[in-house]
Amino acid sequence: MVVQICIGSSCHLKGSYEIVELFQAALQEHALEERVTLSGSFCIGKCNREGVTVQVDDTVHTGITPDGFPAFFETYILNKL
Amino acid sequence: MRKFDTKIQHLKYKVLREVARLAWEGKLMEKVTDIPETLVPGPKATMRCCIYKERAILAKRVGLAMGGNRENKNVIEVISIACDECPMGGYEVTGACRGCLAHRCEDVCPRGAITFDDQQKAHIDKTKCVECGACAKVCPFSAITNHKRPCQNACKVKAISMDENKAALIDNDKCIACGACVYQCPFGAISDKSYILDAIDLIQKGENNQKYKVYAVVAPTISSQFAYAKLGQVITGIKELGFYTVVEAALGADMVAAAESRELAEKGFLTSSCCPGFVAYIEKNFPDLMPFVSHNLSPMATISRYLKETDPDARVVFIGPCTAKKAEVQKEEVSPYVDAALTFEELQALFDSRELDITTMEEGVLDNASYFGRIFARCGGLAEAVAQGLKEQGLEDFELKPVSCDGIEECRVALLKKSKNLLDANFIEGMACVGGCIGGAGCLTHGPKDKSQVDKYGKEAFEKTITDAIRVLNCE
Repeated sequence: MVVQICIGSSCHLKGSYEIVELFQAALQEHALEERVTLSGSFCIGKCNREGVTVQVDDTVHTGITPDGFPAFFETYILNKL
Repeated sequence: MRKFDTKIQHLKYKVLREVARLAWEGKLMEKVTDIPETLVPGPKATMRCCIYKERAILAKRVGLAMGGNRENKNVIEVISIACDECPMGGYEVTGACRGCLAHRCEDVCPRGAITFDDQQKAHIDKTKCVECGACAKVCPFSAITNHKRPCQNACKVKAISMDENKAALIDNDKCIACGACVYQCPFGAISDKSYILDAIDLIQKGENNQKYKVYAVVAPTISSQFAYAKLGQVITGIKELGFYTVVEAALGADMVAAAESRELAEKGFLTSSCCPGFVAYIEKNFPDLMPFVSHNLSPMATISRYLKETDPDARVVFIGPCTAKKAEVQKEEVSPYVDAALTFEELQALFDSRELDITTMEEGVLDNASYFGRIFARCGGLAEAVAQGLKEQGLEDFELKPVSCDGIEECRVALLKKSKNLLDANFIEGMACVGGCIGGAGCLTHGPKDKSQVDKYGKEAFEKTITDAIRVLNCE
């Protein structure tokens, strides 16, 4: 599974790095570093009012915030593996 | 508000705008020969002796707007018929000579080149004169002036002479493509080649960024440009042109600052590699110092490489203040990463070719780089960033002694000293243009406010340190 986290200017200002850190910690916690490839992307083209855009394989998710991250990780990462 | 410093820039812009307009419409090949007449409808000449010469010169400008002579490797080219063959007689006595009694000019002349006619007016014997200028300095009426061509005066690397017809001639073995002559020639007879057609072609063939994405990488100098609009509006305008997104070259500068400070601490002496004019100058004049040039790519190439690593299909167009970048992107080690380089002049022409009024647009955002990456745009910024890079990476034991060279003449002096082992510094920041990139020939405007604009833009950065700015890039 490839997870691209948007680091374009718009998402960057809404906390891309926090989401990157949360992803890194969650992958480590579940020992999934081998199964999920994390990468950055300059703009996924879905700039949102709130949160960061994350693309999981071919599906784009918008509005990911630190608060919503645990639920997002369970539903769209763990569940899809 | 005026968009350009000089009327020459405006003329060049009008040609670029027309070429771009036809290219977007797919009618360039059909209508290219109409452009001179569109721009000079006549019947009265406004620039030269007649409208026919005006149109002939415009036809040459159209050629340069379309990439110029591909056989000539230099990105800077002379339009011979536009050259006014300015006098270059050196020191001459003007009508302001009063025929005084003091004759200080005669006394100071080391070669006895000054004589007087029966009106007591001075004359310089050109067979004896060595152009030292002593006479001009002592004349109380400032009656002796130095006739030097503006292009030659601007060209501190002495690459310009004249051909058999007295038109300017560029020695490509000396030229560093800085564009100083392009900006200074009052007749617009020297110009940088434009690659706007390459950029338009990339955008069009990408079919709305569906087939591949076209990224615009913009130089931090942009903060001192387009003063008639807000920076965020310029960013939106660039996207409206069809670019997928806009990325700061300053983030590449943060990456360079981190890597270059480590390289410096390891090697003990370095010269910067960000300015392509400076690097070309070392290559051509101080080849023995080439091993000291930082092995880092420039910020433009560094961020573009990152873009192509994360999106292998990406196409990258750099937009900046610099004509020498057009030469840099042709280099073997850079060409895989950057597909075309444009100037701010050309960006303005592109906006207007599509009739985009950026002042009415919403403000987009441009924010990834730190203060330190952004201040690369002005002289001194690079050295400041390297000092910060050393500090952030715990390399403070290395005692940084930088020398920031403002313009190619200061670069020459520092390199000369280094070649003789007389330089009391361990890092040379070389900027070919006076002021740094904000003095670049491809800037729309050059003014005293530009430096403070860059500093202000730097302070607005969301990320405060180099480490903060680049941490997100290493997320794998």
